Amino acid sequence: MKQLFDPKRNYEETRKLVGYVGRKQATQADYDRIGFMSGLEVHQQLNTKLKLFCRCPAGVFQKPEEFDAELIRHMRPTLSELGEYDGTALMEFKTRKEIVYRISNTSACTYDVDDTPPFPLNREALNIAIAISVLSKLKIVGEVHITRKQYLDGSIPTGFQRTAIIGVEGEIQLKNKKVRLIQLSLEEDSCREVSDIGHVRIYRTDRLGMPLIETVTYPDFANPDEVKEGADYIRFLNRSTGKVRQGIGSTRADVNVSCRGGTRVEIKGVAHTSWMPELTHNEAFRQWALLLIKERLLKPVKDTAAWKIASKEVSLKEIKIDLPEVHKANKSTKIYIVNLPLFRGILSHFTQPGKMFADEITDRLKVIACIEKPNMIHSEMLEDMARDKVWAKVRTILGSREEDAQIIFWGPEADIKTALETIEERCKMAMNGVPNETRKSFENGTTIFERVLPGADRMYPDTDSAPIPLEDEVIENLRKDLAPDICDRYSQLKAWGVPPDTFTFLLKYNLLPLIEKCSGELEIAPKFVATLLGHRLKHLQGKYDAFRLFRNDMVFALLKFIRQRGLDLAIAPKMLRVLFDHPKMDFDSILVTLGYKEVAKEEILGKLPFLVKKYRETRTSGEDAAGHRWIMGSLHKLALGNISLRELNEHIKF
Amino acid sequence: MTEDIFQGYKGHALEVMQKFNARVWAKVKVDTTRGIFEGTILPRAENTDDKHLVMKFFTGYNIGIDVGTITDIVELGYKKAVYKIPEKEFPYSKGLPSVKLLGTGGTIASRLDYRTGAVIPAFSPGELYGAVPELADICNLTTEKIFAVFSENMGPLQYKKLAVAIGEEIEKGTQGIIIGHGTDTMHYTSAALTFMVQNSPIPIVLVGSQRSSDRPSSDAALNLMHAATAAGHGDIAEVMVCMFGPTSDEYGFLHRGTRVRKMHSSYRSTFRTIGDTPIATVSRKGVVPIKTDYNHRRSDRNVKITPVFEEKVAMIYYYTNMQPDMIDSLIDSGYKGIIIIGTGLGHVNKPLYPAIERAREKGVAVYMTVQTLWGYVGMFVYDTGRDLMAKGVIPLENMLPEVAYIKLGWALGQTSDLEEVKKIMLTPINSDITPREPYNGYLIYQGGVPEVEDFIRKFHK
Repeated sequence: MKQLFDPKRNYEETRKLVGYVGRKQATQADYDRIGFMSGLEVHQQLNTKLKLFCRCPAGVFQKPEEFDAELIRHMRPTLSELGEYDGTALMEFKTRKEIVYRISNTSACTYDVDDTPPFPLNREALNIAIAISVLSKLKIVGEVHITRKQYLDGSIPTGFQRTAIIGVEGEIQLKNKKVRLIQLSLEEDSCREVSDIGHVRIYRTDRLGMPLIETVTYPDFANPDEVKEGADYIRFLNRSTGKVRQGIGSTRADVNVSCRGGTRVEIKGVAHTSWMPELTHNEAFRQWALLLIKERLLKPVKDTAAWKIASKEVSLKEIKIDLPEVHKANKSTKIYIVNLPLFRGILSHFTQPGKMFADEITDRLKVIACIEKPNMIHSEMLEDMARDKVWAKVRTILGSREEDAQIIFWGPEADIKTALETIEERCKMAMNGVPNETRKSFENGTTIFERVLPGADRMYPDTDSAPIPLEDEVIENLRKDLAPDICDRYSQLKAWGVPPDTFTFLLKYNLLPLIEKCSGELEIAPKFVATLLGHRLKHLQGKYDAFRLFRNDMVFALLKFIRQRGLDLAIAPKMLRVLFDHPKMDFDSILVTLGYKEVAKEEILGKLPFLVKKYRETRTSGEDAAGHRWIMGSLHKLALGNISLRELNEHIKF
Repeated sequence: MTEDIFQGYKGHALEVMQKFNARVWAKVKVDTTRGIFEGTILPRAENTDDKHLVMKFFTGYNIGIDVGTITDIVELGYKKAVYKIPEKEFPYSKGLPSVKLLGTGGTIASRLDYRTGAVIPAFSPGELYGAVPELADICNLTTEKIFAVFSENMGPLQYKKLAVAIGEEIEKGTQGIIIGHGTDTMHYTSAALTFMVQNSPIPIVLVGSQRSSDRPSSDAALNLMHAATAAGHGDIAEVMVCMFGPTSDEYGFLHRGTRVRKMHSSYRSTFRTIGDTPIATVSRKGVVPIKTDYNHRRSDRNVKITPVFEEKVAMIYYYTNMQPDMIDSLIDSGYKGIIIIGTGLGHVNKPLYPAIERAREKGVAVYMTVQTLWGYVGMFVYDTGRDLMAKGVIPLENMLPEVAYIKLGWALGQTSDLEEVKKIMLTPINSDITPREPYNGYLIYQGGVPEVEDFIRKFHK
């Protein structure tokens, strides 16, 4: 009668019940079925010399182990609007984290560590933010009010981020729909995390305080592909100004996802837009799965408020489990067994590909109780880490019933109380559906719990900064220099006849102004330049490492040289290849490297009658086409740069 | 009083609000030449212009709208915000010391009204318990608001009232006193209380915060816990200032009320003991004395309260080319005592000599302290010093200028006999003058030097 329960089968069955399909197989009907909904918060660093509220240089980075000083802070929740601490506050306070800041003298000052009040807001950053707001069709505010947005995770030493709205209510035009924008704000960037182990979280302060804009959309995206399209659009729009930072970490997005009946969950800091479809897809289904779990629990659990876990401390002698983590741990490590009434079939319930409900608990034990993983095993693991005999004993000690599930967890004595609370809390949340939380993303498209999602009342006016009026004149002046709309840019590329597979690259690196410059000043067809950049340069960038002296604007100088020397454009890709490898080499030397020899067009054409004759004498094939190819091959090297291959080809007459 | 529905709005902005019948706390749709904005109208802060309307956007952010661009305002709803600090009863625990917190108006614990930005102080035990529940594990706390003034407005009247209130608490058997105080002038008050309250059997701890407690990284809660620990459990029965040791959340210093000074306009670790070491460090675990020559806690209730102060005392900071009229005007205005903060070892220029002589003739007490803050007045070293002493200027050893000012006011409050005043001034009270300067009393390391950089890297600043 006992142990007929098969976790593997349960996992597969619940996966089917959820109706999970892979993203590639999913159709709009699947997303409509679960009520997929998503919105974006796209962060973009601005390319200013200095930070936003102090005079430290922006963009000077330190390695994790490099620092001149360290200091320690603890973040305390402040009283919120209703006199209660909000969820995040309580969680962060429970974790009792010691926050260590690693400071480098060159990139951080006493403002950064909250020992000096803010200096006036960086005007250069403000102007860029206004320009991008205008491009995003947002309504520009009359007066910028600097606001404090509380963050208790320590990522900002003050405990809040200084941020200000520049524009509200705008829109962007995607292929098939308009997406509404809620707002664009100008804010200071946070610290970069070095590590977060046990009760110590370490940050470095180099990125802290760098100017950043955040573009927030309404939840208008109806499927995962639209999310990526929107994120790309916003990214390209920001970059079209030429005044934002590019490179690793300069553009990051938080993606908000929910399903029907679910709740807003924020996937934090997604660095690549290509990850978004998989992440949003899986999150919507995770929520759908949690709603099924709720339904399933509410049948047997009559009184959710009264539902309680039972727990007991055990010794390794009592419970023989063979886990290196437990044996390795020191004497202060305690082992606890926990009974979860009526949870059989829940722990092994499908949530994400390769993940089950029990993972939601272990993730929280790590983040809230600060117990490093692995921190628990449970009675429904796909590969059991303890023998049936052990679980039988656990059940006996706890007086479990058949419909219950059990956990064995371990951790430092001081963290046990929080751990038990955390387990009970997460289980009770399951009876409510989807908890509000922020989640950390992984490349494989899954996510783990990161923090409790902060409440709405965490915005306070910054009493250290005066409001900044924005007159019409300022906005009109900035409007004059605006780049064209991204949707117009797409149309322009199509009109030029540029291959569509180059669009993303050209917009990502904001190369359209360069194409326009080449076509305007050098009279080279935009399609040629676009292809040179979108195919050849992209290929080179992909093949060789990113940190090079090569700058994209060198392409203009190269093409100008080709034009001035009267060379045929066909030589451009070859020269680009050499230039990319040796950005300091002068163009004449590049020609030497390529073995280029200046030969008059007439001289090359003059060789044709002789070659035709020679081919006819020696040919093995009767086809003239083969003769064409043979002659082109013979003259190719000589022709390069001197005569276009097409023209040469046209002159070959049999 | 009728309710102000245009809180803070004036001039042009007020006219526009009246024109469209808009009021504070109304949820509105505002038509402007820049587009439509929706939100809740907030009160306007003082000292801001009359060209903008402030609104809270639904995302929680505040934005301003140029009233010149407004073409229409439609009210969609109305919800007035009311704020109150949550109060929880401060639990009484048998066996914990009774500590009294005297309030002066500084906001050691406060919360911010998230819509208006106004700071609401938390003060009653219940409010404090709501904000810093750990206090209940340290002591049984009661509170009393003596008055409510900003730090910069503290003066003789407040010093005297505080001294009397402390005397009453000691009389009642309170085991420790905390004084919540703004930080700017905390070292003036600590000096005044040291002189006015002598032979106290219990600790008297002044505490404040450099970052208000509406900020998650505030030093207020930890300072308050440290102060409660020092007042309730510490053995040092003196007037002390309790503020952060390093800027890190690690431990606090207890500084002697007569040797402490605010040394940075914004750092958390702004208070430093000058010319000596702090008297102790304090953490939540307890007080760890650094010095041994302090007054120990006693169980009696004997204390000497001398709440007097002569207000006609001035302090002048000497600068090059100072003219004698600076001193003459003080004499003519009836000042009875002047503390000069001189250069170097205690010097001023020759053109002041006649004015200083005149001060002596008029019976004005003139004392010398140093701008260098660290070190003793040394008026025998140069002719200038000897000249000044000959003209009646009395050197005050290594007494800090602010302490000298307070002490002179207190001394002249007791007697106008200048010989008697001199005796009081030169008799050390709680190390306002120390007989010697220990070698580790002057430590201002300069960054950039390898060994200092090493030190900074190893220990939390």
